[in-house]
Amino acid sequence: MTENKNQPIITVKDLSIFYKTFRAVKNVDLEIFENKITAIIGPSGCGKSTVLRSFNRMNDFIPGASIQGNILFHDKNIYDEDVDPVQVRRMIGMVFQKPNPFPKSIYENIAWGAKMNGFSGNMDDLVEKTLQDAALWDEVKDELNKNALSLSGGQQQRLCIARALAVKPEIILMDEPCSALDPIATLKIEDLMRELSHNYSIIIVTHNMQQAARASDMTAFFTMDEDRAGVMVEYGLTTQIFTNPKNKQTEDYITGRFG
Amino acid sequence: MQIAQNPLVNKLRKKPRIGENLIQAVLLICGIISVLTTIGIVFELGKESLLFFTMPGVTLKGFLTGTSWQPAIGEFGILPLLTSTLITTFFAMLIALPLGLGAAIFLSEYASPKARKTLKPALEVLAGIPTVVYGYFALTVMTPFLRLLFGSDTVQIYNMLSAGLVMGIMILPLVSSMSEDALHAVPRSLREAAFGLGATRFETAVKVVVPAALSGIIAAFIIGISRAVGETMIVAIAAGSGSAFTFNPLNAAETMTGYIARISGGDVAYDTPEYNSIFAIGMFLFLITLALNLVSRRIAARFREVYE
Ligand SMILES: Nc1ncnc2c1ncn2[C@@H]1O[C@H](COP(=O)(O)OP(=O)(O)OP(=O)(O)O)[C@@H](O)[C@H]1O
Ligand SMILES: [Mg+2]
Repeated sequence: MTENKNQPIITVKDLSIFYKTFRAVKNVDLEIFENKITAIIGPSGCGKSTVLRSFNRMNDFIPGASIQGNILFHDKNIYDEDVDPVQVRRMIGMVFQKPNPFPKSIYENIAWGAKMNGFSGNMDDLVEKTLQDAALWDEVKDELNKNALSLSGGQQQRLCIARALAVKPEIILMDEPCSALDPIATLKIEDLMRELSHNYSIIIVTHNMQQAARASDMTAFFTMDEDRAGVMVEYGLTTQIFTNPKNKQTEDYITGRFG
Repeated sequence: MQIAQNPLVNKLRKKPRIGENLIQAVLLICGIISVLTTIGIVFELGKESLLFFTMPGVTLKGFLTGTSWQPAIGEFGILPLLTSTLITTFFAMLIALPLGLGAAIFLSEYASPKARKTLKPALEVLAGIPTVVYGYFALTVMTPFLRLLFGSDTVQIYNMLSAGLVMGIMILPLVSSMSEDALHAVPRSLREAAFGLGATRFETAVKVVVPAALSGIIAAFIIGISRAVGETMIVAIAAGSGSAFTFNPLNAAETMTGYIARISGGDVAYDTPEYNSIFAIGMFLFLITLALNLVSRRIAARFREVYE
């Protein structure tokens, strides 16, 4: 595989994730590569969101959630005692399934995170730049003071992407970012992801098989074991997974014979 | 000619629902009773205060601007009673608002579900203590403490500060529980948005959750204020009886409610100006709390739905 020339930006080693005593994900090994779009697919409940949220320690907020194993960001285990989860989330940003802009103006939505991270440059420039990167600038440039909630769902989602970019992360996690959007808005986000992948590494959870096939470089297929724990069945180049899956379960899933 | 009817048509017919109608009627009666009692109270207050204002020597202007309340010598200026009410309320709010909001933020944003399950009821127990107990707590614990702190020459046995502070403790659970409800109603997705951008818990609470819950928090504050303005037992016991026009919280001064309680419980004859004046004060209090309620509705309406 050509990807192995790159250093992985995230290395997952024997990861298991628990909600109280329930093991939601077990024994996952995975390498995420820089400036690639990695898709995570699989049937509902197989732990895709759980895995994704473990990458920036969002599961810390769920009482009873715990992990075993390591998640190395570059070479540092983000679950080490001396790691500040706040710092992790600044470097690994997140875009959620349902657009969740702050009930503030478009401008403030972007400025908020940047200010918090001690951004000291020209804020107007930053707002323009990130909105342009998120392919939203032309639509909102005349109404930056409008409440973000007055935007359409697709615009809100691109605003949430712009907001994440303003913090200057290295990785952007996206959990079904298009599931609340129509096909046109979805395609816009996919184009945008392609653009962004020049500068960022993107990990996307999706239910939409075409989306994974169209928009990603690497695909990880997860499913549920008999004990309801999620397991990773196969991981590889998207083209390989979709045209020549090695595993029978993967093949069944992508050809629609499963779930 | 009779057209053959589809049996489905019969299914669509109205059916009598006796239980439903009965419940509706009972609820209507409940509503009417509460509206009627309110109207009755306001009417009675208005009638009696009118009686007061038509008495010789009493004028509305004198009532609203006079700085001496001495019914025995015919001086009916409400300002001494009003300032005392405002001062006790001020100190109550000094305790109840920041601590109430702080407790609410802690419970909603920091406490683990377990801590929350034990702390919330504990706080609500405070709300169940009878106000007379608070009154004696002010008199027998808070006042001696204040006298120890500031010297017994400067702090009078009955004083507004002690009553106000204890009133604040009493109102604290109300403010914190209502604020906590407002904070809790803020959708989780908004917090996740902030955390996802690398905000700390504190930044998330103060810059995202509190602003989103602001309408509910302000409503809680205003209800707390009306509660303090109307609170009677604590001030009657600990703030002093006998009006005094003073801005020094360490002095004794009777509040509006304290005066009403003393006169209506005492042996003042009916139809004296002294007796009738309590209705005028009652009316005045009613207008204050009404105004506060209207303001809180306004504010709640203005900020509502911000995050939907
Ligand atoms: N907060 C939680 N507390 C307890 N169990 C949870 C929690 N969140 C998820 N789970 C459980 O963990 C498992 C994996 O859930 P997860 O949300 O990661 O699945 P998913 O693959 O993202 O599903 P979907 O495609 O429906 O979003 C499920 O069995 C779910 O019930
Ligand atoms: Mg999910």
